[in-house]
Amino acid sequence: MPDPSPFGLTAGSLAAIVAMALASYLCRVLGVWLMAHVPLTQPVRRGLAALPGSIIVAIIAPLVMRGGPSALAALAAALVSMLIKRNELLALAVGLSVVSLLRAWGV
Amino acid sequence: MKAVDAPPPVTLQGMLLGARLVFPFIPGSIVFAAAFGTTAAQKGLSVLETVLMSALMYAGSAQLVALELWRTDVWTGAAILAISAVVFTVNARMILQGASLQPWIYPLPNTVLWPSLGLLTDANWVVGTRYHAGGGRDVGVLIGAGIMLWIVWVGGTLPGRLAGGLVQHPERFGIDLVMPIVFTAMVVPLWKGRQDTICWAASALVALATAWLWPGYAFVVTGGLAGALTGAALGVLEDRRRGGGNA
Repeated sequence: MPDPSPFGLTAGSLAAIVAMALASYLCRVLGVWLMAHVPLTQPVRRGLAALPGSIIVAIIAPLVMRGGPSALAALAAALVSMLIKRNELLALAVGLSVVSLLRAWGV
Repeated sequence: MKAVDAPPPVTLQGMLLGARLVFPFIPGSIVFAAAFGTTAAQKGLSVLETVLMSALMYAGSAQLVALELWRTDVWTGAAILAISAVVFTVNARMILQGASLQPWIYPLPNTVLWPSLGLLTDANWVVGTRYHAGGGRDVGVLIGAGIMLWIVWVGGTLPGRLAGGLVQHPERFGIDLVMPIVFTAMVVPLWKGRQDTICWAASALVALATAWLWPGYAFVVTGGLAGALTGAALGVLEDRRRGGGNA
């Protein structure tokens, strides 16, 4: 494929990029806007309180399943590190060390 | 109409703190951005198109998915609508993330609130959530982390696009696991008791089932919703047990 000119931009590609940017921005504001129109009853408050952790767990769980044993070991090591010493950078270093070692050994 | 709650502060110190707190995400973002730039080169996007996409969309996974649907010939209205719809579904998790931030940030003046939300992304959301759970109120943390990551994201895209194949086999160093590891670390301080265990287990189960049944990114939304609904249900049950309304 011939490389396009560096500043190549057509009306069509610009429209596509702007449309995708608007779709992304809509996702960013929609939750805030919606919750502003939902009365904050006790159950809604409880649901919102459970939401952040639930989102994180929902992001991690399938990645772990797909990542195999080295990914699982890395996350477990990071979790233990975090439980002992609450330092995210340390947990990251521990997790990355574990996965690099395991992958170097072919796990 | 806006709520009358006192708006949370937005300070420069908060923004600097946010920029510092987001540090663990920077290596992964650079590699991810470079990988996006490299893929964009292979798909025939110009340098300008690639950088514009990173600067305006600022959404890693959605940008990579969009490249799969990218056209180098003619863009019809239908094609633009289709690619935008796919981007919306990949980014739908941000609807839930925004909802979880609402009680904290909504009292901000409109002129600050809506532009700031343009910077919302996984990493600054998790940094802000962690900071807020620890008692912080300064929305500058969310904004500062978002600005820092935006600079890194756009800055990382350009070299990736210019020099294709810049990053060979990043998975050898576990770069693909940076995001999950930092997320795992950040979920620990969010745990407040047995209720969270139940909600998170519900979320994990539903996310796994969704990922197994359905290709794509719906698992984050279904899992997150399942956790929130479980939390709401537990709240109702507890109120009933207390004898309704006395508590």
